[in-house]
Amino acid sequence: MADQLLHQQNDDAPLATSKQRDAIQRAKGSVPEATGTQITARAVTINRPVAEVYAHFRDFANLPGFMENVERIDVLDQRRSHWVVKAPAGGTVEWDARITEEVEHRLLAWTSEEGAEVPNSGRVEFHDAGARGTVVVATILYDPPGGVIGKLIAKMFQREPAIQARRDLRRLKQLLETGEIATPAMNRQQYEEMGL
Amino acid sequence: MKAIAWHGKHDVRVDTVDDPGIVNPRDCVIKVTSTAICGSDLHLYDGYIPTMQSGDVLGHEFMGEVVEIGPKSTLKKGQRVVVPFTISCGSCYHCSKHQYSACDNGLPADNQDIAQELYGQPMAGLFGYSHMTGGYAGGQAEYVRVPFSDVGPIVIPDGIEDDKVLFLSDILPTGWMAAENADIEPGDTVAVWGCGPVGLFAVQSAFLMGAERVIAIDHFPNRLALAKRFGAETINFEETAVYEALMVMTGGIGPDAVIDSVGLEAHGFYVDNVLDQIKASTFLGTDRAHANRQAIIACRKGGRVSMPAVYGGFVDKWPLGAFMEKGLTLKTGQTHVQHYMPALLQAILEDKIDTEFLISHRMPLSEGPKGYKMFHDQQNEVTKIVLKPGLD
Repeated sequence: MADQLLHQQNDDAPLATSKQRDAIQRAKGSVPEATGTQITARAVTINRPVAEVYAHFRDFANLPGFMENVERIDVLDQRRSHWVVKAPAGGTVEWDARITEEVEHRLLAWTSEEGAEVPNSGRVEFHDAGARGTVVVATILYDPPGGVIGKLIAKMFQREPAIQARRDLRRLKQLLETGEIATPAMNRQQYEEMGL
Repeated sequence: MKAIAWHGKHDVRVDTVDDPGIVNPRDCVIKVTSTAICGSDLHLYDGYIPTMQSGDVLGHEFMGEVVEIGPKSTLKKGQRVVVPFTISCGSCYHCSKHQYSACDNGLPADNQDIAQELYGQPMAGLFGYSHMTGGYAGGQAEYVRVPFSDVGPIVIPDGIEDDKVLFLSDILPTGWMAAENADIEPGDTVAVWGCGPVGLFAVQSAFLMGAERVIAIDHFPNRLALAKRFGAETINFEETAVYEALMVMTGGIGPDAVIDSVGLEAHGFYVDNVLDQIKASTFLGTDRAHANRQAIIACRKGGRVSMPAVYGGFVDKWPLGAFMEKGLTLKTGQTHVQHYMPALLQAILEDKIDTEFLISHRMPLSEGPKGYKMFHDQQNEVTKIVLKPGLD
């Protein structure tokens, strides 16, 4: 019955950009062990070879370097890691994540373990774009803290995953293409105060 | 240090702010020796540009001496450099194609959201020009932190005075690119709206590119006289019906190429302008585009429209029908300064381009607020103000 209610997709666009309400149900098909009620997809093209981009991303210890809200990631083993992430209004949320699928230089998929405060899952694809470098596409499924209200609050404090994902991918691009992350800070002290 | 800071519409002040320092490996810090007030700074002064914050340090035309370098800078302490107003990384796809003002990485990620929403994709960072363009502190200051100092600043040979090369930072490349975007062919007649610094450099550039005639349009007699000095014919739009004059002056054809170097605060008492102004002041629209409309109507069939002028938002009643029916081509964009600097420095050193004629006033940095008011109120007499921190 539920299947009959799903709309048919009549184009080739990413499901995360669909205006149909049931798109998230269908998008879950592409994420193993999907969890989360909101979906966002972001893409960035990085002018570096796919092997370099993948390697930087696969070493989770690198992620806090360009993911603004990730305070710390403890790598537990090859597949499991513990995430400490800033939440709106000064708090933090934590969860354990597990890699559910991995194809070297091509794909990383993950899901949060049972009991996560903010259940989330997703996939990051890496495409060799020839002379343009590497296309990185991140699709993230998540349950915002406190549901819809929580999402609104998160947006106000700019900790909303859809906004954050776009910024984080841009910072990854800056880091890999230029060796640094652009900042308007006039000096080190301002830089520290900005909390980057 | 002392710096000129924006505090609101028609309110700029000399503030004491933090000294800049090295933050990223490719940075340098320069001690400013000359910094100009740009016509586009007046858009900030008039409160037309959103995302300004009280205390923002202004200025994007500046040069000076390198006093600090990051580990990845290629500059040396003591070198004199002119700094491009665009902050571009030199390593992304766009920079590799010399489209520096479209750089992917010059804008801090947190400052990209507004341009992403407003323009579809974010552009390069700019010095001293609102938070939408990066929130970078500008050059109307004693010192400036310059990111990507290995690809931006150009080193000036010893013995060449500041006033000769300062305009490499913005208005000279902007005027040059405006003429280049007009795809001038030998024998062409080019009409230039606005004889501010960019328009005057576009006049010089158009002749260097082979234009037979350049017709310059403004309402300030002194600015028209400067255009005439470089060989342009002039139209004073307060005394003359511009479209009618252009049609007669071009034998009923219209100019082969038109250059709009006026932008979002076009002056003059025209119905469309008055409507635009009402809308701008009530936030229903932002840009007053009378000169641009007139340029499109005057341009000959199949002609080229070059638009170096700054527009920020939306415009109403744009003559899209005329644009389509006549098969015009429009080229525009913020200037790819880094691309043009080396050749234009050479042209200055060989005396092919005159730059110093433009400077009407030199004053200490501390008189910056007075400079803004003068530039705003007396556009006939004041063509360019250069602030010199060393005169304080």
